Amino acid sequence: MTDLLAVRNVSKSFAGVHALDDVSLTIGRGEIHCLAGENGSGKSTLIKVISGVHAPDGGTIEIDGTSHKRLTPMAAINAGVQVIYQDFSVFPNLSVLENLALTSELAAHRKLINWRRMRRIAEEAVAKIDFDIDLDEKVGRLSIAEKQLVAISRALMSDAKLIIMDEPTTALTTREVDALFRIILDLKERGISTLFVSHKLEEVFEISEKFTIIRNGRSVATKRPDELDRASFSFYMTGREFEPAHFNAPADSGPAVLEARNLGADGAFADVNFSLRRGEILGITGRLGSGRTELALSLFGALKVNHGEILIKEKPVVLRGIRSAIKHGIGYVPEDRLTEGLFLERSIGANAIISEIDNMLTPLGLLDREKTRTEAQRWVDELKIATPDPENAVNTLSGGNQQRVVLAKWLATEPEVLILNGPTVGVDIGSKSDIHTILQDLAREGMAVIIISDDLSEVIENCSRVLVMNDGRIVAELDPEETSEAELAALMAHDESEEAGVQR
Amino acid sequence: MKAIVHKLTRSNEFYVFLVIVALSVVIQARSGQFFTANNLVDIANAMVVPGLFGIGAFMVLVSGGIDVSFPALSSLAVYATTRVLVDAGYEGALWLPFLLAILLGGILGAFNGLLTSRIAIPALIITLGTASVFSGIMQGALNSVQIPNIPTAMKEFGTGALFIATNPDSGLTSTMPVSFLLLVGVLAVVFFLMKFTTFGRAIYAIGGDESAAERAGFKVKRVKFWLYVLVGVIAAIAALVRTSMMGQMHPTNLLGIELLVIAAVVLGGTAITGGTGSLTGVVLGTLLIVIVQNSMILVGIPTFWQRFSLGVLIIVGTGISAIQLSRSRKRSIVTV
Repeated sequence: MTDLLAVRNVSKSFAGVHALDDVSLTIGRGEIHCLAGENGSGKSTLIKVISGVHAPDGGTIEIDGTSHKRLTPMAAINAGVQVIYQDFSVFPNLSVLENLALTSELAAHRKLINWRRMRRIAEEAVAKIDFDIDLDEKVGRLSIAEKQLVAISRALMSDAKLIIMDEPTTALTTREVDALFRIILDLKERGISTLFVSHKLEEVFEISEKFTIIRNGRSVATKRPDELDRASFSFYMTGREFEPAHFNAPADSGPAVLEARNLGADGAFADVNFSLRRGEILGITGRLGSGRTELALSLFGALKVNHGEILIKEKPVVLRGIRSAIKHGIGYVPEDRLTEGLFLERSIGANAIISEIDNMLTPLGLLDREKTRTEAQRWVDELKIATPDPENAVNTLSGGNQQRVVLAKWLATEPEVLILNGPTVGVDIGSKSDIHTILQDLAREGMAVIIISDDLSEVIENCSRVLVMNDGRIVAELDPEETSEAELAALMAHDESEEAGVQR
Repeated sequence: MKAIVHKLTRSNEFYVFLVIVALSVVIQARSGQFFTANNLVDIANAMVVPGLFGIGAFMVLVSGGIDVSFPALSSLAVYATTRVLVDAGYEGALWLPFLLAILLGGILGAFNGLLTSRIAIPALIITLGTASVFSGIMQGALNSVQIPNIPTAMKEFGTGALFIATNPDSGLTSTMPVSFLLLVGVLAVVFFLMKFTTFGRAIYAIGGDESAAERAGFKVKRVKFWLYVLVGVIAAIAALVRTSMMGQMHPTNLLGIELLVIAAVVLGGTAITGGTGSLTGVVLGTLLIVIVQNSMILVGIPTFWQRFSLGVLIIVGTGISAIQLSRSRKRSIVTV
């Protein structure tokens, strides 16, 4: 039997830059395949070539035995290739019914809408994956997992043979991931292949049967999962070796710089107790909705607490907002650096120094150009931000480097406590390791650091202590040297409280 | 039953309806004149022109755009129509003025449609621009002046009555204009268009997520183009009705009505961000604004308070949907 999809020696360049260089990839019928690569490795270009959006400069694409030299999006769909984008391409304002049935009405070139026929089509579509949903509900009101199922149902309607999913599990809870995997396995039974696109090993490791890893537009390895572990995976992705190590905080017997006593905020978290010393890295982990983000915001004065107190250097304080948190020596690096942390259109230098701008004034109260320039350059050097010129706009930088600019911005306020929410979300492995090194160095110099993250290896490798949150409460305090990712995951998932969470 | 109640309490239209009921009860209690035949007919009469404009504004808002050029567009179309017919001494039937106005409205709308579908500039800016161009052409190139004598067919259409309602106490009479049927007719056609044609669903889809619409295979540019053509046509009809009812062509009479119309549509629950809204909401929103305008006189409230309360209505009405939006965003931050 021939392969379902065979991409052979495909090359593609944009304005002289090789996005893909002699890449090959084959997917068998019913195979679950993972295409892995860092941001910018060319994986999205490859997907666009397979789905007919980009025409390759060289090489062939063979679907179901038919060779295509110039594939159009329509031809790809007719050949059975369906792409589910990260945003799912659904209409939030329309009902599930319409989201499912409209495309087929369009494909049939109908001018008039027959709601009864549309309902029948939609019912058939959800029945294919046993998806139990109110067809009249607006898609905007659905959870992310449900939206994804709508997108999958829609993709299956047009007799798909290959479903391509772009980072499908990033926003799902463990339980939803399990449900998704059951559906994928069911599709496999029916001979439908799946291609996951991912830059994380953990994401689809347990279900994928084969991995193709690409780097800088070239395929570097095609492996079965039993031939891969985290170290070799990272090596293939980045071409660099990383050795996992634990962070050992130098013992500091001094007083706590930050302490929470019975801290609580209605509807978010309750009874939170911990203390943090200089030189320590405290990890707070938990699932989405466990209260970890809200706790971070409270410690930064951005969310009001209703119960308990916060002590800074053993004195109770009331954080009346972000400015007062900064005044008390707390810095916060937000989760979504793109929307929360940076002026994307402004220069790297301007962003890095924004929080210390009051110290950059001439006696007349004007901005001291010379001073700002040297200060900006200092941060670029110190944090190894990869840019030829600090005057360039921040949005010219990669994700990892943008994250460093956010760091610079907060370090400039010389905080004693630095809170980082998901410091390496969406950052590739290489930059991730660099950011971890910077954080550990900061702690060694005496800063107290809190890392809030659901990336378990990140928490275990970088923290001196880990708090696990579940349903708004701290359920465990662990020593990273004596715990494992499996134990953490189990504590985070803990079933009873999850059901309570659903009811709430 | 429970599902219906649930659906009702979630819809914006239901609350507007409640406000209307409450308002009319208050006015009735204070004046005893609200639920009289002639007052209700007056309100219906006053709804025709803003209602027609509202239907067009609604369609554009649902598509995720906004059109502020319709008063200028329709004034130009109808001014040109009236000018040509009056200069030619036209004494024929009503079909020709309608045909001319619809043609011109469609052509000017196509101008809007071309620009908004081809250029990546917000529709607000484009239609602000075309509004100036349109009124510039009318006042400059056509050298517009008031036309006191409009063609007889139009005049008869404007004064034609379906029936006349009399107030038994005061003896005041009000006429239900023939053009009210036109409002009902356009409502019916647009309802069918929006609900039962792929074109209508495409307008909703584009307002929901334009790039998803593109990927799903909708011809986004073509839909937008014809949408603006259609809206131009409806606006021209509205202005022709207004001119006929006034019995004269007053070129600048309509300019400035856009805020009121858009406010009515938004009050009726059409999202200014696109994608949601219903014709029921358009009718209710228009009704509410017309009641405020017409009936406060009944209660003896000075006219400047009308403007004041209209302003408050707009702020409250749009404010509520803004709060709802930010609430649902906040919820999604916490749970997602």
